[in-house]
Amino acid sequence: MLQDKDRIFTNIYGLHDISVKGAQSRGDWDKTKDIIAKGREWIVDEMKASGLRGRGGAGFGTGMKWSFMPKDNPLPSYLVINADEGEPGTCKDREILRAEPHKLIEGALLASVGIGAHACYIYVRGEFYRETEVLQRAIDEAYAAGLVGKNACKSGYDFDIYIHMGAGAYICGEESALIESIEGKKGQPRLKPPFPANCGLYGCPTTVNNVESIAVVPDILRRGGSWFGGIGRENNTGTKLFCISGHVENPCTVEEEMGIPMKDLLEKHCGGVTGGWNNLKAVIPGGSSVPMMNKAQCDVALMDYDGLKEHGSGLGTAAVVVMNQSTDVVKVITRLAAFYKHESCGQCTPCREGTGWMWRMMERICEGNAHIDEIDLLQDVTKRIEGHTICALGDAAAWPIQGLIRQFRGDMEAKILAKVGTHADAAE
Amino acid sequence: MSVSTEKFAFSAENLEVAKTIFAKYPEGREASAVMPLLTLAQRQNDNWLPTAAMDVVADMVGLAPIRVYEVATFYTMYNLKPVGKNFVQVCTNLSCLVKGADEVFKVCKNKLNLENGETTPDGMFTLLEVECLGACVNAPMMQINDDFYEDLDANSATAVLDAMAKGETPNPGSQAGKRVGCQPAGGLTTLKGGE
Repeated sequence: MLQDKDRIFTNIYGLHDISVKGAQSRGDWDKTKDIIAKGREWIVDEMKASGLRGRGGAGFGTGMKWSFMPKDNPLPSYLVINADEGEPGTCKDREILRAEPHKLIEGALLASVGIGAHACYIYVRGEFYRETEVLQRAIDEAYAAGLVGKNACKSGYDFDIYIHMGAGAYICGEESALIESIEGKKGQPRLKPPFPANCGLYGCPTTVNNVESIAVVPDILRRGGSWFGGIGRENNTGTKLFCISGHVENPCTVEEEMGIPMKDLLEKHCGGVTGGWNNLKAVIPGGSSVPMMNKAQCDVALMDYDGLKEHGSGLGTAAVVVMNQSTDVVKVITRLAAFYKHESCGQCTPCREGTGWMWRMMERICEGNAHIDEIDLLQDVTKRIEGHTICALGDAAAWPIQGLIRQFRGDMEAKILAKVGTHADAAE
Repeated sequence: MSVSTEKFAFSAENLEVAKTIFAKYPEGREASAVMPLLTLAQRQNDNWLPTAAMDVVADMVGLAPIRVYEVATFYTMYNLKPVGKNFVQVCTNLSCLVKGADEVFKVCKNKLNLENGETTPDGMFTLLEVECLGACVNAPMMQINDDFYEDLDANSATAVLDAMAKGETPNPGSQAGKRVGCQPAGGLTTLKGGE
């Protein structure tokens, strides 16, 4: 288990002073100038050494991403921070925004040095109004203290940081949709390439990173990439905020070591599964977009990218949704199907139409008003959406249903067979 | 979108706010101000956005009105018709569903005598079922205006609505009385040493 001395987010519960003074007393903004003086290349190298992989869900190497930013482009470069947290089950970035805003702002400055940007936009989902008030206060404090703005931290580096609020669209969590949204348009993803590093915000080189990825940067650079890289497992390093919801005694957000066994995570921090470990039915380990796991998988799963991939699922945003035996998993996935239908931006036909098909089929299966071989048809539909759209929303809509069919096909069949009187032929 | 006969003009105070909004974006990129200006207009206009306000924003930003309508109709937080003084949005997505959001939503419907998307005749409440609001470890939850009410059950949801009906604003956050934020309600498992 991770020790407190290795925890980055020491005020994640907001129990202590959130202001710049409080943050400084916990080590934030300590010798930031000296880190900036070490320069862009040193920063990127340390980030690579840390092994940090993007905390927004995709898990791409953060240092590697930064290294894609051009060095000789005459256009300005931008850092864009994705605080459009909306993946069902996920509520970790909210805690950073409202309890640790200075880690995010200092991280934004250091990351901007690492990519050669002098301006940063933080895209916060519109519903986080109170969180944005806290963040804006922290930004104002940082300006007043000379930590950001012209000659930030007296380093000679100019750096401006702004908040741009969303207005309710899950798709804006996709980086190119988010860029479109800042530009004042509908949030519809762009075709890639070109990638944002070459052509992002306003056509300029842009790096888009998740809130948590940026907020851990100051600690990584102060303590060294090797410190972060020494926690967890190879290729899955560091600490991670896990938000555990659903059927546990004490749902909570907690910072733990990557690769912690799922069972330990739930039992040590959350008081265990409601009704005991043997009452566990399923876990969605990384937000709504990753496939469900059954109990046998949960018994042995390690909570990191590779550990969950082994079981056909993924770490995603590390939003762990626990479901015990009282859960109707078919209903849960039907609700998610409705969600993806609601959130499809409508740009690509397979997703716009397919999410509706999948939802309607799930509704019918959930009510038992389906033919048993429609389960295979549904599987087939998911395969015609997955991989056939501009962005990953199509995939994200398909995977939960595939996971359900893979793990809990029996539950789907049972609902249909319960109506066997009207579907006698289907039961054959 | 309804054909609107409403008039809209930003208040003097909000025209000053608009200047700070434009200042965030580079010259020539005024279109970026569309979303924050629409939000500002909506907040000034009892939390809904008449076409007249969209037209004002289009004019300020220098875009064709249709470009602004596109934005206003794409994002769910822009209310294109009037909403109640208390805009009650109940999350029924993943974590909330698992923790009994259906019951919370039912209680709200019964209490307010509203179906999804409706507003009370006195204009005090609008009820809406919404997607994940990002407070999942505090599920089930609902948002009323700018505040989150968390760790709800049928009783506490009723209590919140009762207080609202009396014109009070109950303390936001967890309604279960065991914690203030996202820490384990059974007691801290980490960071026990204080600062």
